[in-house]
Amino acid sequence: MDLKETLLSSYLAFDAQDGPQRKLQDQRAEAIEVFEQQGFPTKKLEDWKYTTLRSLTNDEYVVFPKTEVSLKLEDVKQYILQDVDTYKIVFVDGVYNAYLSETTHEGADICLLSAALTKPKYAPVIKKYFNQIADKDASLTALNTAFTKEGAYIYVPEGKVVEKPVQIIHFATDKNPKLLLQPRNLIVVGKNAEVQVVERHQSLSTGATFTNVVTEIFTEQNAQLDYYKIQNDQAAASLIDSTYIAQQKHSHAKVHTFSFGGKLIRNNLNFYHKDAEINSTMKGITLIEGSQFVDHHTLVHHAHPNSESHQDYKGIYAAKATGVFNGKIIVEKEAQKTNAFQQNNNILMDDKASINTKPQLEIFADDVKCSHGCTIGQLDENALFYMQARGIPKKEARGLLTYAFANNILQSVHIDSVKKRINKLIADKLGVNIGFDV
Amino acid sequence: MLSIDNLHAGCEGKTILQGINLDVKPGEVHAIMGPNGSGKSTLSTVIAGHEEYDISQGSILFDGEEISELSADERAHKGIFLSFQYPVEIPGVTVTNFIKTAINQTRKVQGLDEMPANKMLKKIREKAALLEIDSRFLSRSLNEGFSGGEKKRNEIFQMAMLEPKLAILDETDSGLDIDALRIVANGVNKLRGKDRAIVVITHYQRLLEHIVPDFVHVLHEGRIVKSGTKELALELEEKGYDWIKQGA
Repeated sequence: MDLKETLLSSYLAFDAQDGPQRKLQDQRAEAIEVFEQQGFPTKKLEDWKYTTLRSLTNDEYVVFPKTEVSLKLEDVKQYILQDVDTYKIVFVDGVYNAYLSETTHEGADICLLSAALTKPKYAPVIKKYFNQIADKDASLTALNTAFTKEGAYIYVPEGKVVEKPVQIIHFATDKNPKLLLQPRNLIVVGKNAEVQVVERHQSLSTGATFTNVVTEIFTEQNAQLDYYKIQNDQAAASLIDSTYIAQQKHSHAKVHTFSFGGKLIRNNLNFYHKDAEINSTMKGITLIEGSQFVDHHTLVHHAHPNSESHQDYKGIYAAKATGVFNGKIIVEKEAQKTNAFQQNNNILMDDKASINTKPQLEIFADDVKCSHGCTIGQLDENALFYMQARGIPKKEARGLLTYAFANNILQSVHIDSVKKRINKLIADKLGVNIGFDV
Repeated sequence: MLSIDNLHAGCEGKTILQGINLDVKPGEVHAIMGPNGSGKSTLSTVIAGHEEYDISQGSILFDGEEISELSADERAHKGIFLSFQYPVEIPGVTVTNFIKTAINQTRKVQGLDEMPANKMLKKIREKAALLEIDSRFLSRSLNEGFSGGEKKRNEIFQMAMLEPKLAILDETDSGLDIDALRIVANGVNKLRGKDRAIVVITHYQRLLEHIVPDFVHVLHEGRIVKSGTKELALELEEKGYDWIKQGA
C-alpha cells in the first residue's frame, strides 16, 4: 500500500473515532476529497518542480501512534530553551505532554487546539479563524485539515502583550517508529497585541519521521508577531511546513526560519495582506550538508496600498546538499506604493552541492518599488588568504567567512536565548569556535 | 631572520621570480623597489605563503627553518606579517572581532589561553591610539567601505596588535594622502625595534622619506639587480627605473 492509500483508509477509522475532530466533520470531509483527488504533489506541478516527495510517499508511515510515551526532562532539555522564561506547548509523538508543558489562560489562551475545539467558549474563535486562511486547494494542507485533532492554540486578546515567548515543540520518539505527524496550529494575535513564538520539530531517534504541519496565523490591526522556526532535526526526519498568515492594517509579522538539518524540509510560508499599511518580514538561514534538502517557497500577497515586505534568505550548502528558494511576490493593481524587497544569497561549499533559486514577481500595480536579487557563489579565496596570513587557520577562516555571510540575519532576532542558540548551532555546524558573540 | 636563496616562483605555470637572494637580519629595514611588473608583490605573496604560488627552485628560511611548505597561517604563527596592498573586505566581522580571533588563534597554536578580555581591550585601545584610529571605527565591518587611508591604517593597526618578528609592507603608501602617509609611517616607525625586521615594498621613494631603510634593493624582471643603502632610493627617484632597465 502506498502512503496515499494508507492515509485514505486511515481517514475512515479516524472519522469514526470520537474526539475533538468531530467538531470539524464538514471541513475535514471536504479536505479529504481534495487530497484524494490530488494526491501528493509531484514534480509535474510548477511549485514542486525541484522537490520530490517520492522517498516519503513510497515509504510506509504510521498514521496513529500506538503507545503513549512519557519523557524525562533530562532527555529533551537540550531542545528546549532554558535560559529564558517561556510558555511551552509540548507534544510527544503527536500527543500533548502536560509534564513538559506550561500553558496559560491568564491574559491570553496558550493551550491546545483539541481543547479549543471541544470547549464551547472557544467556538466563536474557531468558527471565525480555523481553516480560514489555509489554502484549501493545496493537497498537503488539505491532508492536514482532514486529520486535524491536535496542535497549539494561541489566542492573544486585544491590547495584550504576552511577555514570555511561547515554545511549540513536537518530539518524535522511537517508541512509535515511522510516525506521520500532522499537527495543526492556530494563532490569533488581537488588535494591538503582541506575541513571540518559537517552533521546533525534533526527532529523538535516528529513525524516519514525517511531519506535515499546518499553522494558521492571524494578526489583527496593529498586532505584532515575532516567529522563529528552528529546524535542526535528525538526518532521517522530514518536515513539510505550511504556514499561512493573514494580516490586518498596521500589523507586522516577522518569521525567521533556521534550517540546519533533516532529510527533506519544505517550507511554504505565505503572507496575505487583508488591508493597507502592513509589514511582512521573512528571513532565513539554511546551512546543510550530506544529502540534505531544504526548500523555501515564500509568498507575499500585496493586495492593498502602502505595504512593505522584506525577505532575506541566506543559504550555505556543503557536500551533496541541495537547496531551493522560490520567492513569489504578487502585487495587485490596488496595492500602489508597495515596497517589496527580496534577497537570496547562496554559497556552495563543494562541487556537488546545488541550489535552485527563483524570484517570481507578478506585479499589476504601476507605482511600486520591488527589488530582488539572488547570488550563488563560493567563499572568496582572497579573503581566505588574507585571514590565513593573519594567523587564522583555513578551517576557522572558512567558518568565520561563512558565519559572517549569514550573521546579518541574526541581527533581527529579538529573543537573546534564540540568538545565542542559533549562533552556537552555526558554530557547531561549521566546526569552529566563533570566539565572540554577535 | 629571513634568508631567501635563489628563489624561483610563480603561478599558473609562469615563473615570475627568477632567482631572488635576500638576507634580512633582526632590527633591519629593507626596501624593495622596482617598476610595475617586476615581481614585488609576488615576492611578498610568496613569503606570506599564498597557496596558488609555486616555488620551483630555491629556499626561504625563517629563523633558520625552511618555511616554503608551510601554510600562510603557520607562517603567521611564526611571526611573519604581510600588510596587503589591497586589504580584503569582510562584511559581518568587525575590526575588533577579527583581530581578537587572529590573536587568539595564534595563542592557541602557541599553547596559550585566550587573551583575557580586559587585556585585549586595553591593547586594542593603545594600538588604535598609535594609529590615530577612532574607537567607532573598530566596531565597523573589516575594511568594508573603508577609504584607502583607513584600510592601510587598519593594516598597520593589526601589525601593532600581532607584534610580528618580520613585517612585509606591500605598497603601503599607495592610496594614501600626505596626512595618512605620515600617520602610517609614524606607526611603523614606532614598531621598529632590534628584534623586528621590516621589508618595505614600494614603487616610489616618498614612503622611504618617512620610513628610512637600512638597505635598498631594486627588483627587475624577477631578480634583484642592484642593492645599496638609502641613497640608492634617491638615485632611483632622480634617474627613474629606465636607468636600471638599461643597466640590466
